[in-house]
Amino acid sequence: MSAVDTQPPTVTEAVTTRGRSGAGRTRASRPTAPKGRGPRARKSPLLLVVMVVITVYSLLPLFYLVVNATKSQADLLSTFGLWFGPDFSLFQNIGETLTYDNGIYLQWLGNTVLYVVVGAGGATLLATVAGYGMAKFRFPGRRAVFAIVLGAIAIPGTALAVPTFLLFSAVGLTNTPWAIILPSLISPFGMYLIWTYAVDAVPTEVIEAARMDGAGEFRIFFTIALRLLAPGVVTVLLFAVVATWNNYFLPLIMLSDPKLYPLTVGLNQWSAQAVGVSAHPIYNLVVTGSLLTIIPIVIAFLFLQRSWQSGLAAGSVKA
Amino acid sequence: MTTLEQARSAARSGPRRQRARWTGWMFVGPFVVVLTAMLIVPIGYALWLSLFRDQLVGGNQFVGLANYLQLLQDAKFWTGFGRVALFLVVQVPIMLFVALVAALALDSARLWASSFFRIAIFLPYAVPGVVAALIWGFIYGNQFGLTGSINGALGIDLLQPFSPDWVLASIGNIVTWEFVGYNMLIFYAALRVVPTDLYEAAEIDGAGPFRTVWSIKIPALRGSIVIATIFSIIGSFQLFNEPNLLKTLAPNVIGSAFTPNMYAYSLSFSGQQFNYSATVAIVMGVITAVIAYVVQVRGTRAENR
Repeated sequence: MSAVDTQPPTVTEAVTTRGRSGAGRTRASRPTAPKGRGPRARKSPLLLVVMVVITVYSLLPLFYLVVNATKSQADLLSTFGLWFGPDFSLFQNIGETLTYDNGIYLQWLGNTVLYVVVGAGGATLLATVAGYGMAKFRFPGRRAVFAIVLGAIAIPGTALAVPTFLLFSAVGLTNTPWAIILPSLISPFGMYLIWTYAVDAVPTEVIEAARMDGAGEFRIFFTIALRLLAPGVVTVLLFAVVATWNNYFLPLIMLSDPKLYPLTVGLNQWSAQAVGVSAHPIYNLVVTGSLLTIIPIVIAFLFLQRSWQSGLAAGSVKA
Repeated sequence: MTTLEQARSAARSGPRRQRARWTGWMFVGPFVVVLTAMLIVPIGYALWLSLFRDQLVGGNQFVGLANYLQLLQDAKFWTGFGRVALFLVVQVPIMLFVALVAALALDSARLWASSFFRIAIFLPYAVPGVVAALIWGFIYGNQFGLTGSINGALGIDLLQPFSPDWVLASIGNIVTWEFVGYNMLIFYAALRVVPTDLYEAAEIDGAGPFRTVWSIKIPALRGSIVIATIFSIIGSFQLFNEPNLLKTLAPNVIGSAFTPNMYAYSLSFSGQQFNYSATVAIVMGVITAVIAYVVQVRGTRAENR
């Protein structure tokens, strides 16, 4: 089995070197501190000003969200948007958000979690198993699979939403949780990432040694390979989670029952309540609900910095 | 030891090897099945649908390419298409330029607190497009947004984010806000793999910082600029979330065919014109793919030159 075709055909040298040194460790292999760049690396106030401007732009809307989540509806409309109002109503707002309309927000949160766990989890599992298979086995039709995956990476999810809706409505799958979960299960780019990662992260000799000891292929995968693939899997999982958590177009098309909505569609429905004939604005709940929606993702990104940064790095040298 | 020997001889024997040839499918198979069902089948079905039309007389009939011919003359579609094309030409360069400047600053080693800036500018990417549009929608709003405060302070209606002239720019601002950090990190990651000795050599040759940026860093970034451009082209042509959400706040300015994707959505939803909606989705998919392909070919050819 030593002649296994280990290199994905179009992977550039950059990707393989990165994979060999281990995702996330590449950064450390190069001097990151300014000392590495010699004495000319004096700090530049101009760059600082430019970056402060971009950062203020990036953080201002988030600051606005936090500030306004602490205001009652009356203060929202009467006080200046970028500073706190006279009363601190954050906890009251959270309470109202969670209980409004018989706790529909919690229902939406539960739906989102279901779609994320089954959809993103399933997508990661399928991508990991298949990526390992592509990296470590040679089988008839392998090149065809490669071609399909490359083509699939180029097709944006939103372009698929309408065709998928048409298909699902023909087979009666719309307005069910499956309508959200099934399309979330495909992650061609995740599969590609695991494939390039597995080539070096799982040494073929280790697999062969396990085979000699009589271990079955799936046992080898689950007891040995999966552990070695873990950093790559975390990256793929994180991006799949973000994509599913933030999904809007697909659930908007597929679902008509508010009880099945994820948070994104639900929040928009709340927001839409403010206009129209029977307008019943609940701005403070929309603001607070939005804040609660982004907190888990922001925390995940802050804690898994190393994973997503190496994932983006691998993606950037992809083609 | 004996088991090991047995395993080794078993591995060498014919039928065992034959089976091993197909083992890969046990791993790849489930993925391929799901990919086929969720990608190839929907596209095929949409293609099929686009060849039919539900007519008052005669019901569902095969009409060949009539839907495509109708689309060619559909002013609603082309207005929306022109809008996203304009959006692409203006918003994408601005966004990528800001991202490029930020990435070069991060990589320059002349910046204080660069890891703070990196994470802070990236943070909007973690915000769902819906929430981003909601927040900016509030900020744009005259009632309790910043626009209202600024206009109030100035005493004139200087900023009108929801006026017909400005609504596309308002959407562009939201999209820029969401993706500057993402593109910055793609560029930054590519800059990190430039070998340090290149900079040292440039320094010995007396190249200043701008010369280094222009002659070493920008060429090193070409591949990622091509990728970021392709992603942005796809994003622009498939624009849906932001305008669809702002539609609630500016219903008179943003119509149901504001972008091609919104048109496809409203056709299959309010109009029940599934066949025509499939046609719109396919045409937009093909146009996007062709333009992305041309950018990639041109981008890589320039690289080889």
